[in-house]
Amino acid sequence: MNNRDFALPKLSLRFFPIWQRHWLVWKKIAAPSILGHLADPVIYMLGLGYGLGSLLPTMGGMSYMAFLAAGTVCYSTMNSASFEALYSGFARMHEQRTWEAILNTPVSLDDVVLSEILWAATKSLMSGAAVLAVIWVLGLSHSLMSLWMIPLALLIGLAFASLGLIMTALAPAYDFFMYYFTLVITPMMLLCGVFFPVTQLPESMQVVAGALPLTHAIDLARPLMGGTIPPQALLHIGVLLAYTLIAFYVSLVLFRRRLSR
Amino acid sequence: MNVVIRARGLQKSYGGQRVVDGLDLSIHKGECFGLLGPNGAGKTTTLRMLLGLITPDAGTAMLLDLPVPQAAREARIRVGVVPQMDNLDPDFTVAENLLVYGRYFGMQDSEIEARIPSLLEFASLTHKRDAKVPTLSGGMKRRLTLARALVNDPDVIFLDEPTTGLDPQARHLIWQRLRELTQQGKTLLLTTHFMDEAERLCHRLAVLDNGKLISQGTPRELIEQNIEPQVVEVFGETSGQWAGEHAARYSQRFEVSGESVFCYVKDAQPLVAHLQGQSALRYLHRPANLEDVFLKLTGREMRE
Repeated sequence: MNNRDFALPKLSLRFFPIWQRHWLVWKKIAAPSILGHLADPVIYMLGLGYGLGSLLPTMGGMSYMAFLAAGTVCYSTMNSASFEALYSGFARMHEQRTWEAILNTPVSLDDVVLSEILWAATKSLMSGAAVLAVIWVLGLSHSLMSLWMIPLALLIGLAFASLGLIMTALAPAYDFFMYYFTLVITPMMLLCGVFFPVTQLPESMQVVAGALPLTHAIDLARPLMGGTIPPQALLHIGVLLAYTLIAFYVSLVLFRRRLSR
Repeated sequence: MNVVIRARGLQKSYGGQRVVDGLDLSIHKGECFGLLGPNGAGKTTTLRMLLGLITPDAGTAMLLDLPVPQAAREARIRVGVVPQMDNLDPDFTVAENLLVYGRYFGMQDSEIEARIPSLLEFASLTHKRDAKVPTLSGGMKRRLTLARALVNDPDVIFLDEPTTGLDPQARHLIWQRLRELTQQGKTLLLTTHFMDEAERLCHRLAVLDNGKLISQGTPRELIEQNIEPQVVEVFGETSGQWAGEHAARYSQRFEVSGESVFCYVKDAQPLVAHLQGQSALRYLHRPANLEDVFLKLTGREMRE
């Protein structure tokens, strides 16, 4: 164990050429990637929205479909960042040895990890914007306030990218990620208010949900989509930022230890 | 002479095991320096410490007059690295690999684009400029990795087993290119366990075993200092028996390995004359080479 492993991140603009690299790779597979961003969330939203929505009364003053739309943007951004940070990040670190190649240049590990987070958040941004476009086309949101969803998608992406990278730093192989998706991502999708209000849960589960980042993302998203300023907006932003910063630091320490051999 | 890489008392342990144990090295400008050693001798760990990628437990290292790892970033601006395992970007073409890599050095796209034709020519890959990496042969990938290491026009190039896994044609092309680089005045530090590679390319060599430097010098010096100048290899079913009865009389030193006896001698004539009378045995008389030195210094047993 080395004290240098615990040093605070030293950030620089040298992350940018790495971000450019990821962008260049993405451009080559843009079509299937955009389809992937859209198909899953939109099918969920339309299937559940029409199917369940016809059985349900309005929820919090909006149609079930509109209620679901805000949740869908959030969980699809969560998913994009998580998949990118875990599977693609692991491929670049371990399988393709892209990180090793980069680290032989005047770029540091801190820059590499920062670029991974910013790139995964970029994927979230694209995914959030794509779902938002569908929502507009379907007329599920009429307010210009919903444009705030775009920076929110970036923030959600930053938080989940940083959290995901902790798993990437610890993973011996791809199979390891199943734990994270089964024990962290899926429960968040089901407990944090994507499909129904968190207030429907028993008190104790509400407490758990209240600590999870996706709950705070949805608490920001739903009012924005409806055209109002979210109550306690600063608190929710603060929680997402705190998750981002702490998880970034933890993942960086773990990567330093992992790659110091 | 100008020292480009200097290590003093470098030490590194992993899990209680000393991988590099008090290593001193000085590598001069324009020199091709080879680190030899069996697997696990500490060659790659040494390279990684000299590049400032890992922090030594003790000792100091200087790369291009800068202390590493403290100023590793500044030092690596003028360094190129050919890693042991290929880590080219499989999603990119040959030219894109060079462009993307050059950006990591802070180079402008126009500056890199201007260098790409000469890099491709050096690597004999001009016709593969727009080919994707997975379509390249092993030799082409290595040459592209070498070209990539030159994108920033480095003063020092680190090569970790640059020809492992290549066929003879591909190896000879790499060797020729590495010689051209030393002729241009670049400093090369390479690891290898191919003795012919070391003998052909390197001005000076260091033999590493169990993390310690056990011998150092030009290929000729290593042979002269460590071993008798002539070797007679004796083969045949009865070679073991022959060794027990005669080998000590005719050679300064001998080793039995399976059905072969290696006799190390200053003057081979009496031994050769004796062997000519032994019809059951075959023999090969040759000058001592680096492989003999290597096996003497690091032993014949497998390292696994």
